Amino acid sequence: MDAILLQILNGLDKGSAYALIALGLTLIFGTLGVVNFAHGALFMIGAFCAVTLSRLLSLSFVTIDETQTDFLGNPLKVETPYVEAWFGPETGAAIIDWSVPLAILFSIPIMALVGLFMERGLIKYFYKRPHADQILVTFGLAIVLQEIIKYFFGANPIPTPAPDAFAGSLDFGAMIGMDPNVIIYPYWRIVYFLFAAGIIGAVFAFLQFTTFGMVVRAGMADRQTVGLLGINIDKRFTFMFALAAVVAGLAGVMYAPINSPNYHMGMDFLVLSFVVVVVGGMGSLPGAVLAGFLLGILESFASMAQVVALLPGINQIIIYLVAIVILLTRPRGLMGRKGVMES
Amino acid sequence: MSLIRKPFNRRSILRAGALGGTALAMPTVFSSRAWSQGYLNEPTGSTVTLGFNVPQTGPYADEGADELRAYQLAVKHLNGEGDGGMLSTFSSKALKGNGILGKKVEYVTGDTQTKSDAARASAKSMIEKDGAIMITGGSSSGVAVAVQALCQEAGVIFMAGLTHSNDTTGKDKKANGFRHFFNSYMSGAALAPVLKNAYGEDRKAYHLTADYNWGYTTEQAVRESTEALGWETVETVKTPLAATDFSAYITPVLQSDADVLVLNHYGGNMVNSLTNAVQFGLRDKQVNGKNFEIIVPLYSRLMAKGAGENVKGIFGSTNWHWSLQDEGSKAFVKSFGQEYGFPPSQAAHTTYVQALLYADACERAGTFNPCGVVEALEGFEFDGLGNGKTLYRAEDHQCFKDVLVVKGKENPSSAFDLLEIVEVTPAAQVTYPPDHPQFAGGALGTCNPGA
Repeated sequence: MDAILLQILNGLDKGSAYALIALGLTLIFGTLGVVNFAHGALFMIGAFCAVTLSRLLSLSFVTIDETQTDFLGNPLKVETPYVEAWFGPETGAAIIDWSVPLAILFSIPIMALVGLFMERGLIKYFYKRPHADQILVTFGLAIVLQEIIKYFFGANPIPTPAPDAFAGSLDFGAMIGMDPNVIIYPYWRIVYFLFAAGIIGAVFAFLQFTTFGMVVRAGMADRQTVGLLGINIDKRFTFMFALAAVVAGLAGVMYAPINSPNYHMGMDFLVLSFVVVVVGGMGSLPGAVLAGFLLGILESFASMAQVVALLPGINQIIIYLVAIVILLTRPRGLMGRKGVMES
Repeated sequence: MSLIRKPFNRRSILRAGALGGTALAMPTVFSSRAWSQGYLNEPTGSTVTLGFNVPQTGPYADEGADELRAYQLAVKHLNGEGDGGMLSTFSSKALKGNGILGKKVEYVTGDTQTKSDAARASAKSMIEKDGAIMITGGSSSGVAVAVQALCQEAGVIFMAGLTHSNDTTGKDKKANGFRHFFNSYMSGAALAPVLKNAYGEDRKAYHLTADYNWGYTTEQAVRESTEALGWETVETVKTPLAATDFSAYITPVLQSDADVLVLNHYGGNMVNSLTNAVQFGLRDKQVNGKNFEIIVPLYSRLMAKGAGENVKGIFGSTNWHWSLQDEGSKAFVKSFGQEYGFPPSQAAHTTYVQALLYADACERAGTFNPCGVVEALEGFEFDGLGNGKTLYRAEDHQCFKDVLVVKGKENPSSAFDLLEIVEVTPAAQVTYPPDHPQFAGGALGTCNPGA
C-alpha cells in the first residue's frame, strides 16, 4: 500500500512537468496548427532563467585576503556578492537563496519575448508547409537553442537549489498514521505540483472566462468567420504562442531545483511530452493534462523493482507502449475530437 | 475544450520522424587508403602527429575540454615550451623537451561525442587523413573499448583517457591499448576498508546501477568488496542511462531494510540520483539504529560541482586530486593553473600523463613503431607523475598505483575545493592477478604495427 502511494506521489511531480509542457504543445497545435518540436527547448530555457538569475544575484566583487592563499600559493581572492554588500549579509543571502522563486517573475518577460521571436521570426513562415517541414525546422531550432545554452553554460549540470525554507521532506506516512520515515516526499516537489495545478487552472480560466480567450476559441473553431468580423486573429494566436512559451518556461524554472539544469533537459522531456499530447488527444487541453499525470504515474509504477523484475525493460518503454495501444485502439487519443488522427 | 483547427495526418509526422532519424543516425563514412609500408603513419618529416580524441560535444563535453587543455599543455612541454610541468619530476629522463625523437609534436583533435560509432569515425579519420601515429583520450568506457579495438586493427597505439570499466583492460584488452586510469575493481578494493572503518561491518547495501557496461563492473566490484567485509546486499536495481529523475528508484530504498545506498552512476546520472536521494531525506534517515549513508564509487570534481552541496560527507574514489602534495602533482597543478587559471581535473591529469608516457616510451624504444612502443611500456615502472610508484603491467596493460579514497568536503574554500582525500590506498592493496574473475576472458593478442 505504502509503495503504491509513494509511486503515485512520485508520478505527480513528473506528471506536472509533462502536463505543463504538453499543455503548451497542444495549445500551439490547436491555435496555429504547428507541431512545435522546440517546445522542450523552451522548458530548458526556463530552467536556465533560474540559473541566470541565481548567477546575476551572486555577482560579486573581489577583495584580496593576504592571510590566505589559493591553490597556486597566491593571496586568496575573496568574492562578496554585491547584494550582500548593498543589503547586508543576511538580507543579501536570503535574496540569493530565493533566486528560484524570484526567477518566476524574471522569466515571464524573457519567455514571452523568446516565444514572440520564435513565432514571428521563424515559425510563421511554415504555417502553410507540411507538418514534416514544421517538425524538422522546430527540431533544428531546438538543437540550435541547446547548443547556444551549452556554449554559455557548459555541458555539466548546474546545481540550482530551492530556498532553504523548502529543504527537507514531508513525512507523509506519519501524517496519515502509517510508519514514520516510509512515505517521505520532498517539500519542493509538493510546491511544484501545486504550482503546476495553479498554472493549468489559470490557463483554463483565461481561455474560458475572458473575452480574449473566447475570441481565441472562436478563432480555433472557425478562423475565417472570426476574421470576417474584423478581428485580427493572427495577433491573438501569436499571443497564445508566447503564452505557451511562458508556461513551458515556468515549468522549467520551478523544475530547476528538482534536477540540476543541463542543456539537454528539454530533449529529455520533449519526446515524452509529445507522446502525452498524442495519448491525451491532439489539441485537447484537458486531454494533455490528464495524460500528463496518467503517464507520469504509470512511468513511476513501471520503475518499481518488482515490476522491472517481472518485465525487464518495461520502465523504458511503458509510455511508448501505452501510446501504441492508444493509437491502435483510439487514434484520436483519450479526449481528442472525433476524426482527428483518424484520417 | 477542443482546439483542433484542421485534421491532422499522423503519417506525415511519422514520415518526418523517420527522415530526421535517418539523417541524425547517418554514420560518417571515410574513404580508406592503403596502409603505408614499415609501420603505419611513420613520420618522415620534421613533425609527428598525435590524435586527441575527446568528447567536444555531448554530456561529457566539459570533461573533454579539460582533457584537451591537458593535451595542449603536454604538447607544449614536450616541445620545450612553458615550464616543463611534470617532465622535471618524471623518473624517466628520456624526454628532453625537443619533441619526440627530435620531431616537433603536432596534434589533431576529434570529437567522440561520447558515442562509440562517432568516436571510431573520428579516430579513423585522424589515422587515415591526418596521419596520427597515436590516438588518446575519451571519457567513457564504451568509447575506450571501441576505439581501442579500432586502433588494434589499424595498427596504432591507443592511450586510453578516462575509462573505469574493468573490461577495458579485462575481457576487451588489446596489445596496442594502454590504460593509466584506475578501474572498478580498484575502486571497490580501496573503498571497502575505509567504509568498514567509517560505517562498521554490519550494513545492508542497496545498489542503483547505470544500465551499461561500466555500471555492471562497478556494481560487481563494490558488491564483492563490501560483501567480503560482512555487508549484505539487499537489492541491486538497474537504472536506464537516459534517466533524469531517479525518484521512482529512490523511494523503494526507503521501504527496503537497507541502511546504505550505493550509486553506481557517473556524470549526469550521478548528479541527478544523488540530488534526488538527498531531496528524499535519505541522509537524515535512521535505519536499523544507524545513520543512512550514501556512497558514490567513482567521483570526479566536475561531477561533484554539478551535485553541489549534496556531496558533503559522501565517500567515493578517484584516480588523482589536485590537492596531492607530491612533487609531480604540485608541478602539474602549478603549470596547468598558470596556463588556465584553475586546477586540473583527474581527467586532465590522466590524459596529460598518458601523453608523456607515450612520448617517453618512443624515446626509450628509439622508434614510433607501435611494437617498439608496446615493448617499452610493458612492465615499465615509473614515478613522479602524481600517483607515486606506478607499474604498467605487461599482462594486461593496466597501470597499478595508489588509489585515492575521497569524501565530499564539508566546508569548501573555493569552487574547486569540493573533495578531501581521506586515504591514499597503496597500490599493493588494489593489485589483482591478471586472471582475476572480474577480468576474465579476452586476450591481449600481439601488437599490430599496421603495415
